[in-house]
Amino acid sequence: MAQVLPAERDLRRVIGDVDGAGDREVEGVGEQQLLDIYRSLVRLRTYDERSVVYHRQGRIGTYAIYWNHEAMQAGAFHALDDEDWIFPSYRESAIGLLRGMPAETVLSWWRGHPAGWWNPEDYRLASICVPIATHVPHAAGLAWGKKLKGERACAIAFFGDGATSEGAFHEGANFAGVTGAPLILFCNNNGWAISTPVEAQTRAQTLADKAVGYGIPGLRVDGTDVLACYEATREAVTRARAGEGPTFIEAVSYRTAPHATADDPSAYIDLERVEQEKKRECVGRFEGYLTRAGILHPDLVASIRAEAADEMREGIKKAEAEPAADIELLFSNALVDPPASFGSDLDELRGTLG
Amino acid sequence: MAERSIVEAINDCFHVELERDASVMVMGEDVGRAGGVFRATAGLRDRFGPDRCFDTPLAEAGILGAAVGLCMAGWRPVCEMQYDAFSYPCLDQLITHVGRYRWRTGGKMEFPIVVRMPYGGGVRAPELHDDSPETYYVHTPGVKVAIPSTPADAKGLLAAAIRDPDPVVILEPKLHYRTAKGEVPEGEHIVPLGKARLAREGDDVSLVAYGSMVAVCEAVADALDDVSVEVLDIRSLKPLDEEALLATAAKTGRVVIVQEAPRTCGFAAELAAILAEKAMLDLRGPVLRVTGYDVPYPYWQIEDAYMPSPERVVAAVRRLLEF
Repeated sequence: MAQVLPAERDLRRVIGDVDGAGDREVEGVGEQQLLDIYRSLVRLRTYDERSVVYHRQGRIGTYAIYWNHEAMQAGAFHALDDEDWIFPSYRESAIGLLRGMPAETVLSWWRGHPAGWWNPEDYRLASICVPIATHVPHAAGLAWGKKLKGERACAIAFFGDGATSEGAFHEGANFAGVTGAPLILFCNNNGWAISTPVEAQTRAQTLADKAVGYGIPGLRVDGTDVLACYEATREAVTRARAGEGPTFIEAVSYRTAPHATADDPSAYIDLERVEQEKKRECVGRFEGYLTRAGILHPDLVASIRAEAADEMREGIKKAEAEPAADIELLFSNALVDPPASFGSDLDELRGTLG
Repeated sequence: MAERSIVEAINDCFHVELERDASVMVMGEDVGRAGGVFRATAGLRDRFGPDRCFDTPLAEAGILGAAVGLCMAGWRPVCEMQYDAFSYPCLDQLITHVGRYRWRTGGKMEFPIVVRMPYGGGVRAPELHDDSPETYYVHTPGVKVAIPSTPADAKGLLAAAIRDPDPVVILEPKLHYRTAKGEVPEGEHIVPLGKARLAREGDDVSLVAYGSMVAVCEAVADALDDVSVEVLDIRSLKPLDEEALLATAAKTGRVVIVQEAPRTCGFAAELAAILAEKAMLDLRGPVLRVTGYDVPYPYWQIEDAYMPSPERVVAAVRRLLEF
């Protein structure tokens, strides 16, 4: 039987600007890697901020904002190897950029255009999961399946605090525990599931406590501390590769943006708290850390931001230049071997469209 | 050829297919150590190991969800749902992911998942061991559905499903798991999806059914000395052999569809709609349905009254002939 460990309830931090502990270093992480992580943070931030603008301009559809969640995504990402699989929720829609996915692909997804559909194998990145937590069993199955084949890859599933109330989360986490699947369960606890606070999701004192029930380690990190997210994920990846099974990471933050562009949180959220949290947002915190360490200077910040802005300008241009989707795509791709009715339905449709 | 029961034919199919393709694996509740509650997977764990005949936790949605990930890792999972009505939790995964994932990848990734389960009533079982849920599955885009009625088809359709690149759901008539016996080809045996089976040839009236209702129709064909009855076993609900359905309607001009599931929006309604659209001038009377009722499947003391009986089918045939 797996050893039952109490979850680690104290928030792990590396960046020492909030608890007076002072900055720490993460073992084995050099200046180049720190800058790579910073670049990823900025790319994700730029994607998000530009997407909100594009939405307001009517250039993309409804968009799930992830402002101030970049530290979780970039931190966890940099602890993975290229062969490891990522299972995103809609909150991590742009994490593929870090794997080399062009910005126009993600933008096309939010534009409801077929150029936004990709082959998961190309990026070891599953499709964006829109329903809550139902991708957790997929990640468990992938991780277990890789292990059965003797492959080295592990998987990470991103989901929110609300997802931990879903049956699919439980079934996936339990499946991974039983099979010893090399899986990282990365919970983005931003305190809110649209308007429902985490206190209304669970009576558990922390979400990490849930790990105990699966016989796996659970730990908590400051979700706006990119290095804490990185370090915790790296530990989990090491465990996974050593055959020690899944790990549950609860990354804690406070949601500072609406759930999505269609949401107005002023009806339910603590706006003063939002303003406080914005002052310690994750990109600025890491900039502070790197500046104190003498690694980052204003010119470098400006050039990294400019590169990211260019990436988005190019991305939206290409996404908007995509030709209109052909209606044939209604019938393509659902089945390898489609029934004859698809052909006659398409002919009839084309006939009525003239 | 050996004479086998349906459950023996399924077991035989698994032995052949797991031997043939090392990426095929079986997973479900009690499929390993016990060999399945109906013993459909008996002997697989011993022969192929506990990873390829895997006893899962009790989690139907988790089983099917894990199967999605297993496909991404290169496996061909065959998931057993222990009973028809216990499969409902897996509808979440089936509808939200299994039927959509290939489409979502722009057709780049295949999800060769098989979901199989015993279905149907008449076995004197407790509640929720008796349902006929085929419509939920047929109505889900992106999945195929087959229901065998004979041992040879049980083996052949399962083999076709395992080799199919798309997700396939197979419902097996548990009432006839051991009572229906027939010749089953040895070794590799495939019955392609999308082809109906003409179970009886006749001239006056066509009885159209699948699964356990085929036996009811055959009993009616045997019992009616004065009526020449044709019986069409649909066996592949999606894709559907529309040609065979229209051919029998054109031949006899009279069609009675027999379905164990509740009536409203059942698969019989789909078949009747196709006949209304494409066979009106061939028909000599209305398309009739003999089905279960729009009620929860009853306690077994009165389940025989729920199940479509030969007597109800005969009454429909007489009504149609007198039209």
